[in-house]
Amino acid sequence: MKALAARRRHPAAIAVLILLGLLVTGGAYSFLAPKQAQATTVTADSVAQGKKLFIGNCASCHGLNAQGTGEGPSLVGVGAASVDFQVGTGRMPLAGPAVQAPQNPGKVKFDEAQIAALSAYVASLAPGPAVPDGEYTTPIAPGDEVAAGQTLTNSQRIARGGEIFRVNCAMCHNFAGAGGALTRGKYAPALTGTTPTHVYEAMITGPQSMPVFNDTNITPAGKQEVISYLDAIDNQTNVGGMTLGNLGPVSEGLFAWVFLLGLMIASAVWLGKKAA
Amino acid sequence: MSTINETRPAEALRDGDPDVEQERADTKPLGGIAGWLDDRTGGAKPASHFLKKVFPDHWSFMLGEIAMYSMIICLLTGVFLTFWYVPSMTQVVYNGSYVPLQGVTVSDAYSSTLNISFDIRGGLLIRQIHHWGALIFVVSVFVHMTRVFFTGAFRKPREINWVLGTLLSMLACIEGFAGYSLPDDLLSGTGIRAMNGFVQSIPIVGSYVSYFIFGGAFPGEAIIPRLYSVHVLLLPAVLVGVFTAHILFVVIHKHTQFPGPGRTNNNVVGFPLMPVYMAKAGGFFFIVFGIIALVSAVVSINPIWGYGPYDPSPITAGSQPDWYMGFADGALRLLPGFLEFDTFGFTWSMNIFPGSILLLPIMWTVIGVYPFVESWVTGDKREHHLLDRPRNAPTRAGIGVAGITAYTVLLFASGNDLMAIKLHLSINDLTQLFRLLFFIGPPIAFWLTKRICLSLQRADRQKVLHGRETGTIWRYPDGRFEEIHAPLSPFERWALVQHESPEPLRISAEADENGVASPLARKERVRAKLSHFYFNDRVAPPTPSELEAAHHHGDEVDEGHLLTGEHEAIDPATTGDSSSTPRETIKADRKRST
Repeated sequence: MKALAARRRHPAAIAVLILLGLLVTGGAYSFLAPKQAQATTVTADSVAQGKKLFIGNCASCHGLNAQGTGEGPSLVGVGAASVDFQVGTGRMPLAGPAVQAPQNPGKVKFDEAQIAALSAYVASLAPGPAVPDGEYTTPIAPGDEVAAGQTLTNSQRIARGGEIFRVNCAMCHNFAGAGGALTRGKYAPALTGTTPTHVYEAMITGPQSMPVFNDTNITPAGKQEVISYLDAIDNQTNVGGMTLGNLGPVSEGLFAWVFLLGLMIASAVWLGKKAA
Repeated sequence: MSTINETRPAEALRDGDPDVEQERADTKPLGGIAGWLDDRTGGAKPASHFLKKVFPDHWSFMLGEIAMYSMIICLLTGVFLTFWYVPSMTQVVYNGSYVPLQGVTVSDAYSSTLNISFDIRGGLLIRQIHHWGALIFVVSVFVHMTRVFFTGAFRKPREINWVLGTLLSMLACIEGFAGYSLPDDLLSGTGIRAMNGFVQSIPIVGSYVSYFIFGGAFPGEAIIPRLYSVHVLLLPAVLVGVFTAHILFVVIHKHTQFPGPGRTNNNVVGFPLMPVYMAKAGGFFFIVFGIIALVSAVVSINPIWGYGPYDPSPITAGSQPDWYMGFADGALRLLPGFLEFDTFGFTWSMNIFPGSILLLPIMWTVIGVYPFVESWVTGDKREHHLLDRPRNAPTRAGIGVAGITAYTVLLFASGNDLMAIKLHLSINDLTQLFRLLFFIGPPIAFWLTKRICLSLQRADRQKVLHGRETGTIWRYPDGRFEEIHAPLSPFERWALVQHESPEPLRISAEADENGVASPLARKERVRAKLSHFYFNDRVAPPTPSELEAAHHHGDEVDEGHLLTGEHEAIDPATTGDSSSTPRETIKADRKRST
């Protein structure tokens, strides 16, 4: 140790230390980093078909090699999940320039096979998040059973999904997933009616204004819990009656002013007209 | 004019009342239980007086009743809720029947509110009745207030009652806010969080006050129990107390009435409380209760299970207070951030402080002092028991609508995020628009309202002078066409001509003969200016001579109007016996008031 201590003021010491630090962090990162870039097995055929579809429908904005143009971003490395989300929800191909691509579930332009081919082509450009398989996109059924590898019961896992949702998602998407406003006309869309796969894909790809929630941030099991929570509140009976869109006190206040006060005044007028 | 000019004590309001003492002497003594009670309490006299109280009939007089009944409904349902609600921030693990929250650590307050909603029979319905009842309570208080304002019912001798009502409306809002905060769900916790921020924005002492309210740092464990005491004990007691005084004053002053045949400043035309209003008002209570219960049974309000328990880190999109606090929230959304600055080591949060802490007392003070300002400007110190039709006080109506416009802009600004998503607009543009509207909206609203009122007055004048347009066109043998105007009945006409149209005050001598300025001159100048502002644009009701002239100038076709039809139409009214009465009354009244 004495030899080391003697050399600590050596001119090269700082450089060596920095190099060492970088090596350790970099090494640790490459070892611990989330392995999202799974290579999916795709046939050369579907890639070729996807490329054809891409050139016909997407290249005008995203470029012939998906390298991006002034009109649309590069798609190199966005992964199959991103394509599946954007095309599968009807956001892409974009109908027209707007602050944000609106979801358009009724007007998805491609069938499943075509979307898969497009995804395969974009995934073949560079590794990126893959389309999730069914393991984590199936909503958990409520109950007291404890699934393998879990410490909480299914119901408690759904409740934990609610907590994850409130901490990470509710500030934009609203407590009931009814959606909310963002700056300059952008918005967080309503989540009701969105398929579990698309919710999962949105979390791992971060479309438009949404941040990416990678597997270190929210584990796949955590994402499944969020999906299960959304599914649970989507399917629950509205015990209180009509929800008024789950938009909070604004819609309640409007209802009170229009309907409650309207009924009150109507009956006051009626009663005022009644002969004594 | 039918106003009372001489100053007189309020006791004189009961001058014309039937002498209950005498009536009792004339009737046979009370027997049975009533007699037994009267012997021991002497209650028969006041009870009889009260039950014979006459109230005028108009639907808008029932707005205050809606407020009274919804307050009673809130008191009743509130008692039910206190049976199960636990005002404590102690953390417990929720294990009730709502699955998506099972196993989550929540506060006792939240858990007990969930239990009321899911595990107590009828609990959710009562909770929703309580909350919808609270919303309609504050709505009806405000609507009642606008009725009183626009009809001038706040004038002497009712100024104190106006101030009490102002106080009630403020207390109702604060009471609502305290109740909104109790379930300790994410939304209400956000509200308390916001309140903490408001309190901290008070210059210099803000953080101390915040520590004082929360018993330490936010959120602490004290705020829910404290708000509970305020919500169920302090404010209801004050509310009911002030409300009782409010009602007592209505009994003392008697109810105002709209002008009409036979209605003067010295009488109340209507029906006695017993039995007519006992039945009507009693029935109306059940109508109000029924409507609130119906809505509560079918429309969800404040789904606290959806919001989840309060936790300082999350927040939900669309976090707003209940509507009655929305104007303050909107003011905060509109205040630009650059107003905050630092001096002398203190932060002056002028981006928050004016909208949250200052706005409330300012708004309610402005409302509360209005009657005194108006009476000073107009110099009108007489008693008024006949209401103004809003159009006959154009400047007052304009001021009222301008105030409502400013309030509404702030209220709508509070929902700017929801308007942005539902109307596909940019929240930034909306905020800019509301900022602009807050300043230009009220003057435009004032001008528009005043012009509309004046136009309506002119229309009334035309109607009085020329009769009502019937839409029937006659063609005469000589080829001309004329619309037939139907005459107004004297009763209809009376309602259109009975009001005053004061002229602006003139400044009395500004300086005496030696050129020494009168010490009152400046004050008088201000007053004359304001009076000019109030009354310069005026449409006087037709005088009897004008009415007379209108009947005769039908023969002159020089105005280019074809007035013969109108002449004919007016004729029966002028020749008929009944028509002479109201016109003479006008004359008589004019003499009395001048």
